[in-house]
Amino acid sequence: MRQFLRHQRYLIDYSLAALARRPGKHLALLLVYTLVVFLLASVMLFTQSLRREAALVLAQSPEIILQRQLAGRHDLMPAEYLDRIGRIRGVSAKYGRLWGYFYDPAVRANYTLMVPPPGSPEHGEPAPGEIVIGAGIARTRGLEVGDYLSLRSARGEPFTFRVAALLPHSTELVSTDLMLLGADDFRRFFAFPVDRFTDIVLQVRNPREVRKVAEKLSLALPDTRPILREEILRTYDAVFGWRQGLVFVLMGGMVLAFVIFAWDRAAGLSGEERREIGILKSIGWETGDVLRMKFWEGAILSLTAFFLGYLLAYAHVFYLSAALFEPVLKGWAVLYPDFRPVPFVDGIQVATLFFFTVFPYTVATVVPIWRAAVTDPDAVMR
Amino acid sequence: MIELRDVKKVFNQGRGSELWAVRGVTLDLEPRQVTVFTGPSGSGKTTLLSMIGALARPTSGRISLDGKLLSNLPERFMTQVRRRTFGFVFQRFNLIRGLTVLENVMLPAYPLAPDYGDLRHRARALLTQFGMDAKADDKVEWLSGGEAQRAAICRALINAPRILIADEPTANLDSARSRELIGLLGELQDLGKTVLVASHDPLVFESARVSRVVEMRDGLLAEGA
Amino acid sequence: MLLSPAVLALNGVSFTVTLMLILAAGFALQVIRHWDLSSGSERQLELERRTYLIATLVTWSFAAAVVSLLLFVYNAEQLATQFVGAMCATGVLNAHPLGWPTLFLKILIFFPGAAWLMLNRLDNQAPDYPLVRVKYWLLLGFLPLAALEAGVQLGYFLGLDPDVITSCCGSLFTADGDGVAATVAALDPGWSLTAMYGLGLSVLGLGAVHGWRARRGASGVGFALAGALAFAAALAAIVSCVALYVYEHPHHHCPFCILKGGHGFIGYWLYLPLFTATALSLGVGLISGWGHIPSLTAAVQADGQRFTAAALALFALFYGVATYAILTSNLTMTGVWW
Repeated sequence: MRQFLRHQRYLIDYSLAALARRPGKHLALLLVYTLVVFLLASVMLFTQSLRREAALVLAQSPEIILQRQLAGRHDLMPAEYLDRIGRIRGVSAKYGRLWGYFYDPAVRANYTLMVPPPGSPEHGEPAPGEIVIGAGIARTRGLEVGDYLSLRSARGEPFTFRVAALLPHSTELVSTDLMLLGADDFRRFFAFPVDRFTDIVLQVRNPREVRKVAEKLSLALPDTRPILREEILRTYDAVFGWRQGLVFVLMGGMVLAFVIFAWDRAAGLSGEERREIGILKSIGWETGDVLRMKFWEGAILSLTAFFLGYLLAYAHVFYLSAALFEPVLKGWAVLYPDFRPVPFVDGIQVATLFFFTVFPYTVATVVPIWRAAVTDPDAVMR
Repeated sequence: MIELRDVKKVFNQGRGSELWAVRGVTLDLEPRQVTVFTGPSGSGKTTLLSMIGALARPTSGRISLDGKLLSNLPERFMTQVRRRTFGFVFQRFNLIRGLTVLENVMLPAYPLAPDYGDLRHRARALLTQFGMDAKADDKVEWLSGGEAQRAAICRALINAPRILIADEPTANLDSARSRELIGLLGELQDLGKTVLVASHDPLVFESARVSRVVEMRDGLLAEGA
Repeated sequence: MLLSPAVLALNGVSFTVTLMLILAAGFALQVIRHWDLSSGSERQLELERRTYLIATLVTWSFAAAVVSLLLFVYNAEQLATQFVGAMCATGVLNAHPLGWPTLFLKILIFFPGAAWLMLNRLDNQAPDYPLVRVKYWLLLGFLPLAALEAGVQLGYFLGLDPDVITSCCGSLFTADGDGVAATVAALDPGWSLTAMYGLGLSVLGLGAVHGWRARRGASGVGFALAGALAFAAALAAIVSCVALYVYEHPHHHCPFCILKGGHGFIGYWLYLPLFTATALSLGVGLISGWGHIPSLTAAVQADGQRFTAAALALFALFYGVATYAILTSNLTMTGVWW
């Protein structure tokens, strides 16, 4: 075993020296290789952190959202339904929610107005006349704490709110267009009926009981539709996965071009290189030794490119907020959240990246390397 | 003791450029002698030497080394024998450019993966023996013809082979260096090694240190060899 | 079809591996037909050169297959959120009839691959390459397996429909379900542990016997058979008994959840030694029968001893870790099982 390791060390020594002797030739390949890794890794890192964000955020949301349906469309939920649900085993909490959308013609953006649910951590219900707004609204309307925001209500009258606080920057992905206000203000602003809620939410702690509870709800309240959090998660996941996959397919062309380039590089041995291999074989190196040495060359190149590309991608996504990719992956809206992705790396990602870059490179170079390694040693004597 | 029986070698068989380099050579070579193969270019002496030195396989015929068949060995085993038994010095030196003299000398031992310190020591000892230790850390591109030849000889000897094969060793040397080289080869014979040389340089095959001259022509031994 | 990068990668790799093996098989056919070591003709020299390429292609295919198996399991784990009812990889595999076959095929490829590489290594140690034709015929047999795996995997991923409601390991591996998984889970823990340790002892014993001299084919093949049986028993024992101790839950039979970090990654300590040891033992069985060929006698013995020792060490490691998991677990089933 020690002999084997020593042998590899000698071969690696030689490979390193060989690479260093022809920097120009290998630099071009290294650059392209690094670029390929960089692009693919950026996509993966970005999508992965978005996915993670979504999952983390949704973890806070209630397990079941119950919406009333009228002729197949979303209708307001009568408050008495809360009582009609009664006690269902497994439901640890239930309450009505008040929320809605508001179109602000001044900036042509949609806001989400919401009354904070009972038990919300940071913000209890804002005081009458006060609101708490998200960063997107603050930015587009140029608002700071203490400023006033005037909006036209459902009845046509202007409502003036005072900005009591801004929602934390870290929640921007979901709160950028959010406006929190008191229940009375909400009902007056939207002329919302007193005995109605927007929807009802229920908390079910045991994930295995969620479906059963949903079943019971639809039996008890036939004109309602339960939406499960796990379904939302699945949809997000699917969308992110699908989008990511699409980008990868589009990049397939790039990977193919890279593979052809790599093959060409490996196959295009100069006369000098061929002579060198002939010399090695004539002084006592076997085909196996030359093969392994050439593979170490490829491995050194691959590892360098992989490492560099990945690091650059990491920097790109987490320090530059993936400047190149936002349009494709985020979708479009007027209020762009200033999203700072949270680093998240996992094994699948690295393995998949590896299979998209290092594996094709290795396969493309197998035959050219072999062809070089079987050079006849006596060619050197002629 | 090297035995050749009806050894033939063809290149590009079956194609228009088919060439029979060696057409049937039967020969016995004694150990611990300096044997020179002469003949015009194209006579097949280089090809013959490459087959004797286990660098290539004969198309047909047999080559044995000390009674053991060499010619039917597959490449892996042929190389193992070659590493242990033969050292090569080429016409154009064939040192690897970009590496130092010391590194070049150590190269043939890499597949055997010996202890690094030992190997370096051995290499330096050889270089000292041939007066090259001052140049050990110089890049080979900077060596003169004679120095490169000596470096090549050191490289050929790193694995302590019994038999040294030199192909046109004086082709790129002036007369003084040539005579020096022939002297070196003679010294090697005194150390118990067998030396086989291919050369059409009269300085070589007319030298007193040469034990035997084998003449070749058109892939066969010339009459009276 | 689920268009995630990991799925694309898995399919890409399986197809590339199949292509590499087709290439290797093509060359192998030529070698089988025209190999003649005594000839020094150019064709023979070319064939000898080709053997290096074949060996390289097979080695890379094997390495890719191993990593691909791991990626497949992880990916299934990650896809669990997409499927209603699935909470880990088990549910994802269950969502389509080709799910489990894909996994079994991926595992299955591992063993002949490893054994072939060991046989190739043996053959390379003899100057007359006595096993040339044998090993390349075996390679030809290997190819359909790889192609099948690629096809089945593709079928599985194409057919995976996230709208299918699947079951999680709780309902799949539960004792009162049906199917192979349920049958395995329902095995009496006493019996499965006895089988595991019993076969473990026999594999260790036969290994010691064979490793002593490693000269006879019969003891080598016996070792290989014992290894295969021990492998099956070990897997059954993991599902029906050992996993429960790891999870400290009398009904959680899932074989995948032990790979997760929450359990100290103990799954790796169990599966990696087990798989490697089984592969080595099968390889030993394959190489042990050739001691009668004079040029191979010494190599058969040397390799046989070396690999048997490695296999025994790894089997011992596996049984050690399994026992450790049982003994250090907070789950006590005395009175229930014992």
